[in-house]
Amino acid sequence: MSGHSTYEPKSNTAKWFDERLPLARLVHDSFVAFPTPRNLNYMWTFGGILSLCLVAQIVTGIILAMHYVPNDQMAFDSVQAIKRDVNYGWLIQPMHAVGASMFFIAVYLHIFRGLYYGSYKAPREILWILGVFIFLAMMATGFLGYTLPWGQMSFWGATVITNLFSSLDGVIPGMGTAIVTWLWGGFAVGNPTLNRFFSLHYLLPFVIFGIVILHVWALHVVGQNNPTGLEIKQPSDAVPMYPYAITKDLFAMFVFLIPFAYFIFIMPDYLGHADNYIPADPLVTPPHIVPEWYFLPFYAILRAIPSKLGGVVAMLAAIIVLVFIPWLDTSRVRSAKYRPIFRWFFWYFVFTCLALGYLGAMPAEQPYIFWAQFFTFSYFAFFLLVMPIVGIIETPSRLPRSITESVLGKGHGGGGGQVPAGAATGPEKR
Amino acid sequence: MSADIETTNRRDFIVLAGNTFAAVGGASLLWPFVQQMNPDASALAMASIEVDLSPVKEGQAITVMWRGKPVFIRNRTAEEIKQANAVDVKTLIDTRADNAALPEATVATDANRVVKGKENWLVLVGICTHLGCIPKGQSIADAKGDFGGWFCPCHGSHYDTSGRIRKGPAPRNMDIPVYSFLSDTKIKVG
Repeated sequence: MSGHSTYEPKSNTAKWFDERLPLARLVHDSFVAFPTPRNLNYMWTFGGILSLCLVAQIVTGIILAMHYVPNDQMAFDSVQAIKRDVNYGWLIQPMHAVGASMFFIAVYLHIFRGLYYGSYKAPREILWILGVFIFLAMMATGFLGYTLPWGQMSFWGATVITNLFSSLDGVIPGMGTAIVTWLWGGFAVGNPTLNRFFSLHYLLPFVIFGIVILHVWALHVVGQNNPTGLEIKQPSDAVPMYPYAITKDLFAMFVFLIPFAYFIFIMPDYLGHADNYIPADPLVTPPHIVPEWYFLPFYAILRAIPSKLGGVVAMLAAIIVLVFIPWLDTSRVRSAKYRPIFRWFFWYFVFTCLALGYLGAMPAEQPYIFWAQFFTFSYFAFFLLVMPIVGIIETPSRLPRSITESVLGKGHGGGGGQVPAGAATGPEKR
Repeated sequence: MSADIETTNRRDFIVLAGNTFAAVGGASLLWPFVQQMNPDASALAMASIEVDLSPVKEGQAITVMWRGKPVFIRNRTAEEIKQANAVDVKTLIDTRADNAALPEATVATDANRVVKGKENWLVLVGICTHLGCIPKGQSIADAKGDFGGWFCPCHGSHYDTSGRIRKGPAPRNMDIPVYSFLSDTKIKVG
């Protein structure tokens, strides 16, 4: 981001190309020479991991689409045929199903990293908002994908979630029903619904891909945040992305693949619901409808509000509120590392989300209803009360003078600007 | 650590070993994605079929579906077999037997187009070798062409009682698939 390009084409062909389409220069500037803070921890590897997840889902999804049939009479059986008959279908289908869950595990860790270290604060507001859009698109994609196997949960989850729009009947009579009928393509969830959900499920990942490009671009303009929340002020604060951040990202991806592989090979159905192995039956509602685990906190919020429209509004608000965080948080200090009071509330917020997730899976009875309402309040209080108020009243801890000082200790890099002796900030030369 | 750049050292080894590992890893990652497009277990299961021949009387013919293609099975009369044997192979348009069970160069005598001891049974893939239409001749009322076998209405190819091309634009005799007799009245095709 800082300074001009350091790319030097090595051959005449490279030079010829560079004068016409500077692609190699772009890659060099963005992913090779790009200055990355030297103190990034492993919470910064989830961006790379998420990119891996997106590519994996697209590749396995396109392959599954070669064998899947989006028709209500054949969908369920086509998934079984993939698992049983298609060469390596037993591997590719779980890669996709487990991959969706891994995608959400990674995105939640990525988001919580942003919340803790203040990565949403200026000048990274647009970066953060693009992230919220990606999250929304991911949720839509995941919902649509889950309906495709046409099991009991697929069908009834589709019915429940599309029926959310009927709450608009409380705003303008008839509008909600009209929208729901329009979504369904019929008078109930059926074949037209399945067919269009398949089309949209194929489409949205490419929309996500486009927003991710903007997200990475916005990141490269302002540069990455880091655990101290301080900006890069001198060369010793940063290291070139290649080889340091690239190898850290690669290593983290391989570690990520370990639980991914464990689920695929040892317990591929663990994160799913057994009822989805029952073919969809429009006349029988399962006793215990739950969405996939990654939607549970929002499901808990939806059910916590007694009013139908109120529940829908609250659930949407729970996601939309994320957009406003850059302006809700009043703290001058970015990183929770130096914000002792906020840190306490942050971990309580993490607990709130986990509690809401648990409660979303519980039946809609007491005492779960009370606690869902309690933690829904906690959830919104974190954004609407804690962030504005704590930022003003809190006394932050003493910040280090620079990133270099936070790594090498006092007496180093106090604004000197020189690369300390012995520090290797470039590839090893021989 | 070796300071001498000219001799191979640990860095060279680890670079080579790492790249080899990555290449093998990459290939094994890619293979399932390529292989999944090959025929799956259900397609392979239909790769062989069993046909009961007992309802097919002398002079009658049936058509069965095998690997998505029509297979003609004709219970030939003695007259038809005699006609087929009487032909001089050197005068044929396609002198090769086109029998999947025999080598490519085998000549197209009628004996090479059937199973020994079961010469009345002619089993061939009912697709015209010109451009892929299904020739007529299976039912009694069908036109059988000038040589008493089959006639393709698309472009006028005539096949004889051994399914060999005799007149018309088709370049090859109709193919004989791999088949075997499981009993006197049952064959397995494929």
